[in-house]
Amino acid sequence: MTDITAGKEQPHATGLAATLGHVRYVLGENRVTAFAFGLFVLIVLAALIGPFIVPYDPLASNTTSALKPPSLAHWFGTDQLGRDVFSRVIVATRLDFFIAIASVALVFLMGGLAGVAAGFFGGWTDRIVGRIADTIMAFPLFVLAMGIVAALGNTVQNIVLATAIVNFPLYARVARAEATVRREAGFVQAARLSGNGEFRILLGHILPNIMPIMIVQMSLTMGYAILNAAGLSFIGLGVRPPTPEWGIMVAEGAAFMVSGEWWIALFPGAALMIAVFCFNLLGDGLRDIVDPQRRT
Amino acid sequence: MLSMVLKRLLLAVPSLIGVVIVTFLLTRALPGDPAAYFAGPAGTKEAIEQIRVKLGLDKPLPVQFMRYVTDLARGDLGVALTTGQPVSADIRARLPASAELTLLGLIVSMSIAVPLGILAATKPGSLIDHVCRVVTTAGVSLPVFFTGLILVYVFYYLLGWSPAPLGRLDIFFSAPPQVTGFYLVDSAIARDWGVFVASFKQLILPALTLGIFSLAPIARMTRASMLAVLASDFVRTARASGLSPFTVIVTYAFRNAMLPVVTTLGMVFSFLLGANVLVEKVFAWPGIGSYAVEALIASDFAPVQGFVLTMAVMYVALNLAIDLLYGLIDPRVRLEA
Repeated sequence: MTDITAGKEQPHATGLAATLGHVRYVLGENRVTAFAFGLFVLIVLAALIGPFIVPYDPLASNTTSALKPPSLAHWFGTDQLGRDVFSRVIVATRLDFFIAIASVALVFLMGGLAGVAAGFFGGWTDRIVGRIADTIMAFPLFVLAMGIVAALGNTVQNIVLATAIVNFPLYARVARAEATVRREAGFVQAARLSGNGEFRILLGHILPNIMPIMIVQMSLTMGYAILNAAGLSFIGLGVRPPTPEWGIMVAEGAAFMVSGEWWIALFPGAALMIAVFCFNLLGDGLRDIVDPQRRT
Repeated sequence: MLSMVLKRLLLAVPSLIGVVIVTFLLTRALPGDPAAYFAGPAGTKEAIEQIRVKLGLDKPLPVQFMRYVTDLARGDLGVALTTGQPVSADIRARLPASAELTLLGLIVSMSIAVPLGILAATKPGSLIDHVCRVVTTAGVSLPVFFTGLILVYVFYYLLGWSPAPLGRLDIFFSAPPQVTGFYLVDSAIARDWGVFVASFKQLILPALTLGIFSLAPIARMTRASMLAVLASDFVRTARASGLSPFTVIVTYAFRNAMLPVVTTLGMVFSFLLGANVLVEKVFAWPGIGSYAVEALIASDFAPVQGFVLTMAVMYVALNLAIDLLYGLIDPRVRLEA
């Protein structure tokens, strides 16, 4: 309630304050988004300080306590080498989160910029970007990602790159559509008349204008990026054992599922699921803030 | 209709060319020297040079590309080091297993998602609408390999209802004589109902896993397009004319609402074909996905190449089929063409 009265007293709140007020309003209105935001903070915390707070060394094996079900000493049990599953799940957050962030940032640079240029310049730029996007879309995306990682080499960097490439068409399309709408907008004409070069208009005027929509796109694809990366490491690409990573931990636990040791695969899988769920909810919430008309 | 088919076929050509170029670039992007790679760790300098000439790697890139294309035209995808067989033969032998699984997965998800979406749209805000919303949000968050493992744990280990997740058929049964390569169809043709039931039991969990995975986009689309159609004038007119709710929903609304759903099938297939690889790994399914995964682990590149190419060509063909189906359902598309 105080927010509303404060807003009335200061009708010309500064940009940042107004945005923060709006964010607080949306989080208050939409409990689900607030919940997702809380989860997101937890995930970021786990990624930042996880390795310092876990009770056990995620790589230390202890064969005397192998395959123990969850207990007070080992909250998520231990795996076939006696490593603490809880510690490994928490420590893995950093790598999975890093892969998702890095691939989303990379695809924003590639797809976002290419799409903006395509929409703004049109003509050949548009045709080339469109052709590249169509070619990528002609593949089932996970299969293409497999092929790229297999061809470029089995490393985490290539997982990031492959995840970015398969998301390229999505970003290029959104950025293209948004840039086309603004190509002849008043502020662009004004910038052009004041003597700005075309590239300067593109980077300094159009790009900042479509940033909110691109950020929504990024948070909507974060979940897919994590799923994609975990899927690749599940089939043995990219991350190598004994590195803790959710996909590979599920793969290691898969063999024990049929003999009843469910905890080895369940907890990393659940962590993966919660992270993806959180990013999807957060993306929907962010879209509501940026683009209320598309609310579902 | 024929002109539409031809037009659509022509539109698929650039996609196919793009696919071939990308797969070619992927082969040439192999880390290190492909010739040294094919010669193996014990290969001498002369042997490597010999392989380089044999593979045509000493030629300029466009010549290599032409050679690649002519090989493809002859159906030659190279030889798999792990099996010693031509990749095309391996893939042909394993393709029916994957196709049977994917199709059954699609049938499972359509038969759950479409009724769910329709019911959710006819009763907005009801319990089933909330169920639909939860399913569509949770469905996209579930890692497909994780769903598969949970199903294995519950239905194999805890309940003991389903057989061990090890391939297409229990070892006590022998495969039915091959006609289509689909065990369900082949065993039905051979009237071998024991094999039919056994292979169905093996299929049900992986198909369910794929179904759950692809449920979300179909249910979401069905609900959204049903809502739009139910709000339209012709549905109001149909209702006002005193038609029964069932006739209105099934005959009038449903047929119109299916159009956008058919369009989303293209995207659903992209997901399904990718998820297929993971599901095959979980259930030790002898399809082309697990073939590619085995080759990947052994650093055997030709099968992976062949797999990516086959999947892409199948996906282009499926999209083509979906577009043609769209033309069959919606006469307006035919008129436009």
